[in-house]
Amino acid sequence: MNVAEIIAQRRLAPSVPLRLLSALGAVIAALAVAPLLGMPQFVQALIIEILIFSLLALSLNVLLGYTGLVSFGHAAFFAISGYAVGIVGMHVGSDILLTFPLAVLAAALCAVPIGWLSIRLSGFYFLMITFAFAQIVFVASFRWKPVTGGSDGLLVPGATLLGAPILGSREAFYYFVLAVFAICAAVLYAVVISRFGRTLVGIRESTPRMRALGYNVRRYKLAAFVIGAAFGGVAGVLNSLFNLFIAPESAHWTQSALVLVMVLIGGAGYFVGPIIGAAIVLLLQHWLSSYTEYWGLVLGILFIVLITGAREGVAGLVMQGWARMRGKVP
Amino acid sequence: MAAVRASRISKSYGAFVALKDVDLLVAPGERRAIIGPNGAGKTTLFSIIAGQKQPTSGTISINGSETTGARPDQLWARGLSRTFQRNQLFQNLTVWENVELACSAHYRGFSTSVSRDALEEEIGGILERVNLLGSHDVRVANMAYGGQRQLELALALAGRPKILLLDEPTAGMSPAETQAMLKMMIALPRDMTILIVEHDMDVVFSLADRVMVLNLGEVLADGTVQEIQNDKNVSEIYMGKAL
Repeated sequence: MNVAEIIAQRRLAPSVPLRLLSALGAVIAALAVAPLLGMPQFVQALIIEILIFSLLALSLNVLLGYTGLVSFGHAAFFAISGYAVGIVGMHVGSDILLTFPLAVLAAALCAVPIGWLSIRLSGFYFLMITFAFAQIVFVASFRWKPVTGGSDGLLVPGATLLGAPILGSREAFYYFVLAVFAICAAVLYAVVISRFGRTLVGIRESTPRMRALGYNVRRYKLAAFVIGAAFGGVAGVLNSLFNLFIAPESAHWTQSALVLVMVLIGGAGYFVGPIIGAAIVLLLQHWLSSYTEYWGLVLGILFIVLITGAREGVAGLVMQGWARMRGKVP
Repeated sequence: MAAVRASRISKSYGAFVALKDVDLLVAPGERRAIIGPNGAGKTTLFSIIAGQKQPTSGTISINGSETTGARPDQLWARGLSRTFQRNQLFQNLTVWENVELACSAHYRGFSTSVSRDALEEEIGGILERVNLLGSHDVRVANMAYGGQRQLELALALAGRPKILLLDEPTAGMSPAETQAMLKMMIALPRDMTILIVEHDMDVVFSLADRVMVLNLGEVLADGTVQEIQNDKNVSEIYMGKAL
């Protein structure tokens, strides 16, 4: 085969990304229809939670799965934007057109210096410095009582739009979260399949090679860090508006660890992996916690089984199974 | 104007001196080999020229501009590409995707149909040059070692280099694979400056115009292939073997 034939063949090949996008679109459409068919409110609440944490895990996956940076402090940005919504809402105004962008901007702006310092390190050291920054955010939220409410937490005013309260009902909030999730997931998807996303994968696979190929690796890592933080910030805004409350625990290392576990269980580096992981962890938590307070033990065992038996997580298992069925794996 | 000029390059690691006052002058279009026994400082010099290590003292110039301390991506912008002694490939991507990532450095910004056509043509051309067109959709992790070395060369060529640094390109290859690789290297454009570190003397003497011999961090000899082959000091450090 010559070059022209191979190019033509490649262009005709089925596009996996489009298939994936269609599947995600179908799930979102089903979730949009579900309340009309009588989905109970507690299920709506559970799905809201899954969507919020899916978004947080998706944002971490930009770093972990695509760039190969294991952040142990991602919850910091979740908390920063969560507090920003509350603080702006209390002192400036609760209009969502003000609080939402300001809170996301706060997370992204904080990510610039934190990322600038952190990306100078790699591997275990990167993990530790992100952990340290998250602990700083945790301690600040815990101790800075006049602003954050300290250990009592902060009541977050309900969202308004042009002076009128909005998102007051569970159903309205459900659709709001679903829409924000769909938009953010689509944007993140566009990011990871773009040349920029490919570059991040290259950095993950071989940083020395990417440097030798003319890529300013630090600039790309910083961009990935800030993008991850911004979308983590969106999740933080949704979380605060959903609970109408934010507490220092949002920035605690256990929160960062939980999101990390979600990404790893679902499959780091697979776009849908974090969504699967968030759903598994939260469903297990809700289901098992009604039987035992030791639900974390079961989650821990599941994590050990998956990490030792299927390092690419549930999404990796599914993809490998699919490839075997199609005879693409020797 | 020299394509590569290294002036009085020294590199120390504590008390250990890896390179001592090494001078190197490579003319544009020249094919220069650096040889020497293990521990001679070849890879250290190579890494300093490629921007991966900083010299303790001395300067490096590329095409007349000083580049001492420049990052690898800045050297790439000056037309310098390299291969790695140990493969640095994107193992989970296909051969095509590897070269695509390498070529994409020239096509930053939004993708248009014009840039996509040009990119695909360039990828295809490079794969054809290194005899990997038939393996375009093979995942690198599933490739034989020889193919991976060919891909190393492909990624370096994707940088559209004026100066190409080849770090033991035939290391670990079978005799047949070595011959195939040598053919590819000989077929590279004559206006491309090549600096090669290589242990296989057949490859060195078939490819290089000039050879520099390093021993214990110092230049032992520098000359044409014939001069090096007839140099007694060089023969001695290769344990008495005739070169």
